[in-house]
Amino acid sequence: MSATMEGPLLQVRGVKTYYGKIIALKGVDVDVKRGEIVTLIGANGAGKSTLMMTICGSPQAREGSITFEGRDITRMPTHEIARLRIAQSPEGRRIFPRMTVLENLQMGAALDKLAYFDQDVERVFTLFPRLKERIGQRGGTLSGGEQQMLAIARALMTRPKLLMLDEPSLGLAPLIVKQIFEAIDELNRTEGLTVFLVEQNAYHALRLAHRGYVMVNGLITMSGTGRELLEKPEIRAAYLEGGRH
Amino acid sequence: MEIFLQQLINGVTLGSIYGLIAIGYTMVFGIIGMVNFSHGDVFMVSAFFALIFFLLFMTILGIGTPIIALLLAMILAMVLTGLLSWTIERVAYRPLRGSFRLAPLISAIGMSIVLSNFIQVAQGPRNKPVPPMVNGTIDLMERDGFAVTVSYKQIIIVLVTAVLLAAFWYVVQKTPLGRAQRACEQDRKMAALLGVNVDRTISLTFVMGASLAAVAGSMYLMYYGVVHFADGFVPGVKAFTAAVLGGIGSLPGAVLGGLLIGLIETFWSGYFSIDYKDVAAFSILAIVLIFMPQGILGRPEVEKV
Repeated sequence: MSATMEGPLLQVRGVKTYYGKIIALKGVDVDVKRGEIVTLIGANGAGKSTLMMTICGSPQAREGSITFEGRDITRMPTHEIARLRIAQSPEGRRIFPRMTVLENLQMGAALDKLAYFDQDVERVFTLFPRLKERIGQRGGTLSGGEQQMLAIARALMTRPKLLMLDEPSLGLAPLIVKQIFEAIDELNRTEGLTVFLVEQNAYHALRLAHRGYVMVNGLITMSGTGRELLEKPEIRAAYLEGGRH
Repeated sequence: MEIFLQQLINGVTLGSIYGLIAIGYTMVFGIIGMVNFSHGDVFMVSAFFALIFFLLFMTILGIGTPIIALLLAMILAMVLTGLLSWTIERVAYRPLRGSFRLAPLISAIGMSIVLSNFIQVAQGPRNKPVPPMVNGTIDLMERDGFAVTVSYKQIIIVLVTAVLLAAFWYVVQKTPLGRAQRACEQDRKMAALLGVNVDRTISLTFVMGASLAAVAGSMYLMYYGVVHFADGFVPGVKAFTAAVLGGIGSLPGAVLGGLLIGLIETFWSGYFSIDYKDVAAFSILAIVLIFMPQGILGRPEVEKV
């Protein structure tokens, strides 16, 4: 009992993931503790999104183990992992294009059979008032930024214990990025929401996060607190120089 | 004018039956992108279920009113046909998911042969007749000795179809199950990430499509009074044509396509040649595929991402 409560919420150990014969993750170790914001930064194609999808069991890790709340989820089907309240706002946002904003949010709340829908939807509308204006509009007709908000809001509607966000800043105007990061920070501070954040936008992500990992070519090469990583010259050279947003 | 009206009535009746079958094609295609070629034979088997239960109810249980016996037989046929389709999906399609695209298609054609041959062996190769279930007609108008009539059978078919389609529409649009089905249709991976059991949702889609086919099968049996082991093929292909014409993947499209195919067929029979009615219906399929591959209510390929 105490072991599960005190151990990390999510523990990834030696995970190897393949796409066919091509290896994408070469043995990854990551911990996310309760109440933390942890970020994973790295270049395009490093395997960040693959790690996120592997945690959700799609694709499954070929080697290694993933535990959530002390429970081995490495071989669990994706929908059962989701039922443990691991929510993801995935790469490409994956909004249901021919469903309205409201229906997309209802899909998020489907796990609880919409039991808390009314109160939760008010909460995400406070975070993203824009969505309220678009409530009857089809997901496919939203702008990129609105879709990003919807993807995050839909993930929040599942009442997650672990919220995983894949590049929430991708392709968005700086002002909206700022809004989204503030929203994440607020949820973490006020509700103790645990967040695992994949970002290319390293500066913002490392400033927001308690801890960070750096991934290169399917391997974790560095880790530390957000501040430590921000100060490392290698990180500055690789991910920040000229990229200060 | 009289011929036109009469054929309109006949066409809407026939079109209702096609529309009910077409929904099974269109839903399965929408959710897993597969043309379920055994669906026509599932429809045929459902007509045999209806026939067997109808005769059982009339003779053994002694239900005196044929219409009540028919409705009960239809409900049982819906349940059993749903079960049959669930089994087919489990045995013949699910193991092939993730295999190459043609694999489930070939498996479906195989399943179609299995079903029709099984019925041929189990029920015999001849037409199976049932005693008339519903008699009576209403004369709408009469001129020069030609009466435009609508039979009670036709009224029942159109009413039952309308009620079931409305119920079905409600399920797909308003219930959690329908939302999960649409989510799987639009993005299966994302649906799984939100906790939807995709395999179960696909199974239920097969069951729903088959239950509607069973309604069509029961209505077909009542309308024509006979059923035959090979009766799955032509109505099945026509319903598929209807689904393509209406826009495969679209539910209102399937119903519209069904009605159009029914009308084309009956008008062609009324004004030109009854022998060539199938040619007329299938020519439509060819023309639609050439000039309008997405169908009438289908969505265009390109979508804003």
